[in-house]
This record gives sequence, C-alpha cells and structure tokens, in this order.
Amino acid sequence: MKENKREIWVFGDYRNYFQNRVTLQLLARATDLASKTDAEVGAVVLGRDVDEYVNEYIAHGAHKVYVTDHPRLKDYNVETYVALTERLVREHQPETILIGATSFGREFAPRVAKRLGTGLSADCVGLDINEDGLLVQTAPSFGGNLLAKIVTPDRRPQMATVRPGMFQELPHDYERTGEIIQVPLPDDVPKARVRLIIAERQPQRDQRIEDARVVVCGGRGMGSKNKFKKLFELARLMNGELGATRPVVYSKWADHESLIGQAGRHISPQVLFSFGISGAIQHTAAINDADFIIAVNKNPNATMMKMADVAIVADANQLCIALMKELKKRIRN
Amino acid sequence: MLKLVVCIKQVPMVSELPWDSKTGTLRRELADGMMNPACRHALEAALQLKHEYGGHITAITMGPPMAEEVLREAVAAGADRGVLLTDRRMAGADTFVTSFILAHAIQKECPDFDLILCGCYTSDSETAQVGPQLAEELDIPGVAYVEHIELDKHTFRMRRVSDNFLETLEMDAPGLITVTTQQYAPRYVSFAGVQDAFFDKADILTIGSDDLGLDPEMTGIKASPTKILDVYSPTAEKENIVMKGAARKIVDQLFENFGDKISGAIGK
Ligand SMILES: Cc1cc2nc3c(=O)[nH]c(=O)nc-3n(C[C@H](O)[C@H](O)[C@H](O)COP(=O)(O)OP(=O)(O)OC[C@H]3O[C@@H](n4cnc5c(N)ncnc54)[C@H](O)[C@@H]3O)c2cc1C
Ligand SMILES: Cc1cc2nc3c(=O)[nH]c(=O)nc-3n(C[C@H](O)[C@H](O)[C@H](O)COP(=O)(O)OP(=O)(O)OC[C@H]3O[C@@H](n4cnc5c(N)ncnc54)[C@H](O)[C@@H]3O)c2cc1C
Repeated sequence: MKENKREIWVFGDYRNYFQNRVTLQLLARATDLASKTDAEVGAVVLGRDVDEYVNEYIAHGAHKVYVTDHPRLKDYNVETYVALTERLVREHQPETILIGATSFGREFAPRVAKRLGTGLSADCVGLDINEDGLLVQTAPSFGGNLLAKIVTPDRRPQMATVRPGMFQELPHDYERTGEIIQVPLPDDVPKARVRLIIAERQPQRDQRIEDARVVVCGGRGMGSKNKFKKLFELARLMNGELGATRPVVYSKWADHESLIGQAGRHISPQVLFSFGISGAIQHTAAINDADFIIAVNKNPNATMMKMADVAIVADANQLCIALMKELKKRIRN
Repeated sequence: MLKLVVCIKQVPMVSELPWDSKTGTLRRELADGMMNPACRHALEAALQLKHEYGGHITAITMGPPMAEEVLREAVAAGADRGVLLTDRRMAGADTFVTSFILAHAIQKECPDFDLILCGCYTSDSETAQVGPQLAEELDIPGVAYVEHIELDKHTFRMRRVSDNFLETLEMDAPGLITVTTQQYAPRYVSFAGVQDAFFDKADILTIGSDDLGLDPEMTGIKASPTKILDVYSPTAEKENIVMKGAARKIVDQLFENFGDKISGAIGK
C-alpha cells in the first residue's frame, strides 16, 4: 500500500496582487522545507472563480491544491474560511500550515489554530527544520529588536503566519502538473455572524513599501524639503519605494505612509539606501531584515554606518545627485 | 446599557528598554511597565461607546501583581472596575493559553457582556493573536483592526481597513473587536485622576486559577502549544566597506563592486 506523504500546506491568499506574492513566496519556502522532510506541498484555495489561482499555485510549486469554489465564498469571511479550513485539516492532517501575514491572514490564522488546539507563531521572518524535524519559526518581538525561535513540539499542525517579502518565489512553470482536489461546500457551514456591507479598494500606492525590493530611505541629514524631493526621483529610477525617518515626516518632507520604524513600517528590501540617517533604534528596528544596506552619512561614526554593508562618507545630497546621473546613463544604454 | 470588557496588557516601556550590551539581550525585568499603546485605543473606544449609549466597563488584565497599575489607570480614565488575573502558575502562557484564561475570567466576572475590546497588538511580543483567539474560545464573532464602531439596535456596525480594502461590516452582539492605533486617540488623564485611582478605593478584584476553577495544568507554560527555544538580538555589527572621496568616484566604485547586486534588486 502506498503511504500517504506528509503535507505542508500554504493558505492561498489571493485577495490582491501583493498578497498573491506572499502566497507564492510561501510555496517556494514550503517546497524547500518539503524536500528536507520528504513531504509534499499542498495549497488551499477557497473562493469563487478561483481556477486562475489554482493553476498559478501549481506553476509555483504546489503538488496538490484543495479547492472549494462556491458563490457563497465570494468575499473573504473569517468565520466561513475557518470552518472550511478546520474540516480540511481534520480530514487530511497536514503536518504544517503556512499563512501570509496579511491583515486577513493574521485574523484568520489565530482562530484556525485555536479551533484545532494547536500553536501559532506570528509574522515570522524565517522558517527552518531542526534536527528533530520540527518547524523552527523565527518571529520578531519588541519592534524587531529581538527575534524568538519558536516550535510547536507536540500539537499538529505546526502553524505560522509569515511576513511578505521574506522568501523569493520560484519562477513559474506552467508545464508543471499537480493534483486538484475539488471539495464541495458542505451544507452545514454555519451562518456568518459578521457580514460585509461594503468593501472599497483603498486608493493604493502601486507597490507596498513592505514588498519593495529597493527602498531609498532619507533622514534629517538631507537638509531641506527641496533636497529631500530628489530621493523620490532616485527611488523611482530604481523601481523602488521611498522611506523616511520620523523627523522627516514631522517636518512634512514626506507623508506618514513613508515612516520606517517602530511607529511606522517594517521593510525587508534586497537593497536599502539610507541617506542622512543617524540610526536610532526606533528606526533601525524596522530595517534589520534588509539584505544589503548602503548608508550615506557625513559622520563615519553614525550608528547607521556601522549597520551598513557599504558605509559612504559623503554629503547625502551630492551623492544622491551623482547616483541619479549614473542610473539615468545606465537606463539610456 | 452596554456591558463592555476591555482587555489590557502591561508591557515594558520600549523607548527605555535596558539592554545588556555584553550579551545583546533585553533586561526585561528592569524595564518599567506601561499600558500597551493599542490597549489605550481600545479603552478609548469603550469610553466613547459608554458615553454615547450608556454602559459599564470592566477592564481586565492578566499579568504579574504590578499589572494592577494599568487597571488603576483604566479606572482613572473612566472604566468602572478592574479585574486582575494573577497567578504564578499562569506565567509563560502563550496566546492559546492566554485567551483560554481570559475567556474563563470574562465568563465568570462579566458573563452578560455585549462587546469585548482588545488592542490590535502589543508592543512586546506583538503577535496580534489574543483577540481573535479569545473570540474563538468564547465562540463569538470578531473583527480585527477596527477604526470606528457604533451600535445599531442589536448589531455593531464598524469600519476598518483590511489588506487595502476599506470595509464596512456588521456584527451580531455579543462580539469582539480589536482596535487599531489609527483612531480613538487616547484621552488625557489628569495626574489627580490617576492619584485618586491609586489612593481611593478603585474597584479592583484580584483572582487566580483556583478562583476560576481552572486546573493549573491548563494555564501556564506547560499547557502552551508553542515553546520558545531562544530569544536573541539580531543586530550584529557588520564588517563593512567604507567609501569616501568625490561623489562621482564613489558612485563608480559602488557599481564596480556591487553593480550586480543593485541591478538584481532593481530588476533591470
Ligand atoms: C517612542 C518613539 C518612537 C519613535 N519611532 C520612530 C520611527 O518609527 N521611525 C523613526 O525614524 N524614528 C522614530 N523615532 C525617532 C528616533 O528616535 C530618531 O529621532 C530618528 O530616527 C532620527 O531621524 P534621523 O536619522 O533622520 O535624524 P538625526 O538623528 O538628526 O540624524 C541625521 C543624520 O544625518 C547626518 N547628516 C547631517 N547632514 C548630512 C549631510 N549633509 N550629508 C550626510 N549626512 C548628513 C548626521 O550625521 C546624522 O547622522 C521614535 C522615537 C521615540 C521616542
Ligand atoms: C519573544 C516572545 C515571543 C512570543 N511569540 C509567541 C508566538 O509566536 N505565539 C504564541 O502563541 N505566543 C507567543 N508568545 C507568548 C505571548 O507573548 C503571550 O501569550 C502574551 O501573553 C500574549 O501575546 P501578545 O503580547 O502577543 O498579545 P497580542 O495578541 O498582540 O495582544 C492583542 C491584545 O490582546 C489583549 N491581551 C494580550 N495579552 C493580554 C493579557 N495578558 N491580559 C489582558 N489582555 C491581553 C490586549 O487587548 C492586547 O492589546 C511570545 C512571547 C515572547 C516573550
């Protein structure tokens, strides 16, 4: 008899493009973890007219996709989604479930974990398998000043929500095939006690700074609002997003959306440019996950310079201008 | 009259975290406690509901004995009573167990509640899990990240932003919300008000596992499904490359050494 393989599940969060990305990132990580534990990767897709996502998830590494496609699932609804997920898990007993730390994911996952009587770690920035075969979940706390390694030794499934942008998605392969398991909507799904009246898409920036691969961050050292403006252009030249420190936001050189730090956003770009920033802990707590940091400061001893991979001792404004020139030249060629 | 419960956690004061520079760890025991910022907003939302519709507010916290401070602060701000859950056997509870204990305490002390309000997350372990898990434990509906709430007969109507959607939702009572820090700016509580709450007889009840009839085996670190293996500081000083001189030269040098890395990230 063929033994069923253990499964690592990824919750298919497709509500908008960027959450779609976190699902793909998780599929990539799940594929990696599955190869270490001889497991398979399953995706769960709940919704209406979701074929597109089912195919996308297979192309990005899912071996199996569990799908419930029904008009009643048109809107994301926590209670309904929890009820359906609970049934799927009880029936198929996955070893692990990974969920994107989107607003929905962070509301949905705790209830699923509670209902299943298992543990959950939040907003993880790393996932690994240890020598005991347990999923080691690295979760930030104290505004990113500390990281905790967490396991769920005895209960199953092991569950984690994972911050977008932590893992690289696999290139898609539309030749890949996977098993699609259609799960009908059970008749007795409880009536939801929370009802959506209206949902309007927020006027949104084209890219969320949390997902950006390049972030250009500026501080008080840029000198003035006018000089600071150049950083917007620099960010645009690199398809990046602009970030700012608190004094910059308070002086209205940049809007509050751009605030990076304890009171603002956390970022994890591949490359972070930091211009005229001293490196206060309330700011740096939110940039620890940047892969590569290039800092510009006229003070070589600024904390930000110590954290950087490349510390450039120069006038931030002049360096910004020189960098823009070089990038424009490269774009032309 | 609305029966409201506000869950409040005491957290270390983050801007003054004492670090052990040798080991790079946080010396949590040395930090002063304060009311978790998001809980202040939850309390404010409760106070405004009380003002609008009439009501009674129970503030509840689970923590060490000194967590009583946040209850007194809540009473000073306008809460009617405080419930302190304190028991050494509750130490190390993860969110699964924390929500279990809070649910039992609420069922015992305020069984006919209409609405429970939590902060959206804490500033220390910041999981944002306790609110949703508490709703699940009590088998009531819940909505996270609420920015505005009002009552319309027996339904709560609320607004929130979730994944870039501005949503209007309705929820049957009893229910639970977690409140964001974007709205409901906490009111100023005068020093005299706080003093009164500290020196006068604020209505504060202290209870432990036994009072709740809970088996201590189910309330602490041992009962928690998650285990913390290690907590560490991620900021290690890097070996870095220093560049100086004329801006033009530096840019050339930057692309010579790291051009691939930069273009890789730019995607061109
Ligand atoms: C509770 C609390 C929460 C906070 N939350 C946040 C937060 O979320 N985000 C945040 O950013 N801050 C936050 N802060 C503020 C934080 O403590 C710092 O004050 C802030 O990050 C400093 O910003 P800055 O680096 O732009 O300015 P500064 O500290 O003034 O640094 C300016 C830097 O620019 C350099 N410089 C000056 N001129 C030039 C030049 N011509 N060329 C190159 N370099 C130059 C200087 O050497 C200096 O290093 C918070 C503070 C508190 C108390
Ligand atoms: C470094 C570290 C990492 C941790 N990681 C995890 C983890 O990944 N998974 C896990 O299950 N546990 C974890 N824990 C345990 C967790 O901190 C505790 O369960 C904690 O009591 C509640 O979690 P929270 O602070 O994240 O609350 P959140 O869920 O962020 O709090 C949201 C709201 O719930 C209410 N609330 C929370 N705690 C209390 C309380 N004690 N009394 C009254 N109301 C409260 C408040 O209204 C608060 O605003 C971790 C602990 C540490 C120290």
